[in-house]
Amino acid sequence: MKLLKLVPEDTNIKFLKLRVPFFILSILLTIGGWVAVATMGLNYGVDFAGGQEIRATFTETAEAPVVELRETLTALESVEDPIVQRFGEPNEVSIRVKLPPEAEGNPEFANQMTNQIVEAISVNHPDVRIDGVDSVSGKVSGEFRNDAALALLAAMIMVAIYIWIRFEWQFGVGALFALFHDVSVTLGLFALTQMEFSLQIIAAILAIIGYSLNDTIVVYDRIRENLKKYRKMPLPELLDLSVNETLARTVMTSLTLLVALLPLLFFGPASLFGLVAAITAGLFIGTYSSVYLASPLLIWMGVTSDSFVPQETETDIQEKKVLGKL
Amino acid sequence: MLDFPLWKKFSLWGLTLALAAAALPSLVAPFMEEPAPTEATTPQAQEESSLPQVNLGLDLAGGSHLLLEAKPEDVKRQKLENMEEAVKQALENATPEIEFGDTSRSEGQLSFILDSATDIDRARGVLEPLMMGEGLVREWDLTVVDGQRMVLTPTDRGIDVAVNTAMEGAVEVVRRRIDLLGTREPTIIRQGDTRIVVQVPGLQDPQALKDQLGQTAQLEFKLVDQQALPTNTQAGVANPGSQIFPYAEDSDFPGGFEAVKRLGGIRGDSLINARAGVDSRNNENVVNIQFDQQGGQKFAQLSTENVGERFAIILDGKVISAPVFNEPILGGSAQISGNFTAESANQLAISLQSGALPVPLAVIEERTVGPDLGAESIRSGLVAMIIGSLAVITLMIATYGRFGIYATIALVFNVLMLLGLMAIGNFTLTLPGIAGFVLTVGAAVDANVLINERIREERKRGRKVVTAVENGYNEASRAIYDANVTNFIAGVLLFWFGSGPIRGFAVVLVIGLVTSVFTAVTLTKMWVAGYLSSKRPKDLTI
Repeated sequence: MKLLKLVPEDTNIKFLKLRVPFFILSILLTIGGWVAVATMGLNYGVDFAGGQEIRATFTETAEAPVVELRETLTALESVEDPIVQRFGEPNEVSIRVKLPPEAEGNPEFANQMTNQIVEAISVNHPDVRIDGVDSVSGKVSGEFRNDAALALLAAMIMVAIYIWIRFEWQFGVGALFALFHDVSVTLGLFALTQMEFSLQIIAAILAIIGYSLNDTIVVYDRIRENLKKYRKMPLPELLDLSVNETLARTVMTSLTLLVALLPLLFFGPASLFGLVAAITAGLFIGTYSSVYLASPLLIWMGVTSDSFVPQETETDIQEKKVLGKL
Repeated sequence: MLDFPLWKKFSLWGLTLALAAAALPSLVAPFMEEPAPTEATTPQAQEESSLPQVNLGLDLAGGSHLLLEAKPEDVKRQKLENMEEAVKQALENATPEIEFGDTSRSEGQLSFILDSATDIDRARGVLEPLMMGEGLVREWDLTVVDGQRMVLTPTDRGIDVAVNTAMEGAVEVVRRRIDLLGTREPTIIRQGDTRIVVQVPGLQDPQALKDQLGQTAQLEFKLVDQQALPTNTQAGVANPGSQIFPYAEDSDFPGGFEAVKRLGGIRGDSLINARAGVDSRNNENVVNIQFDQQGGQKFAQLSTENVGERFAIILDGKVISAPVFNEPILGGSAQISGNFTAESANQLAISLQSGALPVPLAVIEERTVGPDLGAESIRSGLVAMIIGSLAVITLMIATYGRFGIYATIALVFNVLMLLGLMAIGNFTLTLPGIAGFVLTVGAAVDANVLINERIREERKRGRKVVTAVENGYNEASRAIYDANVTNFIAGVLLFWFGSGPIRGFAVVLVIGLVTSVFTAVTLTKMWVAGYLSSKRPKDLTI
């Protein structure tokens, strides 16, 4: 049986030759991500912004009357700036409204608002079915924001520490930079596309961190191995060798994950779309950063083949002295 | 390394099959007819009869999720109120009675002035025992200002204890109320210091639940102040010793007020029963209540002494109605009339029967998912997963041949073991959890890819078959181990800091990493070893 080989044997692609331009690109992407977040802002869902989200299906209408709904809701006195979006199937919508300040501390308020909205829609559309209501107070959403930021930060730092312990400090720093890059670019993408940013997306970003780490660690592991094996090889050459040696694995893994994700993206539940889209984007971002950011950083931080030779301890030195005297 | 003694094979297979078997009830359940809820199938009976199954989160199964929160200030206020009563009683019961006045509760302190400065030491002696809580925890600080003014301040510890006690009581009351509503399998968990999570699967309309839980159900009977001038009452000016309460919105006098006497009333905490009913005389909906012995005696006394006078029935600080005592009410049962519908009477009965909440609760987060949507999500999620899995399997087998088949079988066991562990551990599968599944599959595939690529490399370098496989597993294990530990760390932190549905994702991720390493590394190694030792191939197609 002839087996499929996605990557030809003995590739020798000079990845690191273009390390400076790609490094600049990475920096620009990282900064760009934050600029996008700062200028355009993230489209926070009710998880993070607070407010109400009502998901509804028009059971006898082919397409949800988004424009009309928007007008109907804007006409309501209690509703300000409603966001009406298609959600999944053409006849499904998501309606997001802010809770006014007076809703804080008044649990009745959110109920009344929901009832008003549902009533207003039902007048022209008796076929509307309410699939779900999410109502998150400003206090809880603020906590969600803090918790999410904390989870991301803690995960990145803990992971970097682990790599520092298992490898060398340069590897820990390299991985941390790569992760920071991945998170920045992903956040930037969400700011650019204005896709809804919810708690699920935080899960996606953590999955991206995990995936990107897988890549980085596989390459780092090979670099460590080669540093011990080829003690005289110049570092850029050694990095290229390591990336090339793991290339078949990188392509194969990315491809399998991609073929698993794509059906979820196209046929999966609408409520998972954002999450899966983020992970899919992260797949590419993570692979890129492992090769073009995490590895070249090692050169600039001065990793040498001595990094993995056990250093002489005090006792070793003393023993030598004693032996020398003898 | 490729040596698998019999005992090892047995235990590996045993573990694998046991966990995979644990997944079967969850896989079979959707295809079985849901038994009709009869009297025999009480929740307990169901729990005993069924095998452990994977819980479906509310986002998949449909239902309501509520997050309730209490304000510590409410607890503090209550603590001060109770203390005022205790202090009054203690000082009045002292022999001779200690006279005092100018009581005030402000800025979280209770203070009063003794009529005579010489009573200071005696008052101190009487009050000191009240300052300590259970287990000799100091709950109050007692200071004397200007020689005569005594100031009582709750300590931080005292407030903590009070909040904790109130929340424990609140969880119990919430549980009783939900049970009385007759909903199935609710989850009620205390979260943090002042929060309660309530999850009710299958409940589509959370309104009734929220109405029920939003009610503190603090019931009071107080005599109406007959001397109060209606204009004063309406303007919020009360006579000394009186207090003004608004009428409830659904009462006969919405927007109205009633002046009542502060002291000498009865509290509803001495109720032992409450039932909704209909008054046979005028067909009105009423709630019939039953006092315990002590409360019954008090009520009998109150009604005997005040025949012909009006008394106000006050629920959560709002007057429901203010009927007249037509005759002494003996025997400890009474009727609450108001502007009730059958439904609201029933609701009040449930609230009263389950007792008053020790502290008011507000809904600060609410999520409802209709069951249709949940079912649709599961269906499309499953379809997508099946397509994805088939694609992965095809790719793996086309690339690695026999080793790809091993990886595929390992993948199937991985999914089964993951489901089995979730069923055993009683974890909940949520929508993001499905994404966690995909990632786990990804991790398992990656491990096999790493191993197989390594074996290819070793073969290319001319190593013998057995050595190549051994090296492949050994060398790849290092990276697999590191990658999974880092992901594990991320997953644990996600669980730690995350909330709600995100935790569902983290749970699947963390358990999945363990099962994927086991299936993708250990199990495949055993199968490969079996193949090598029985066939002794000279070459590998990989």
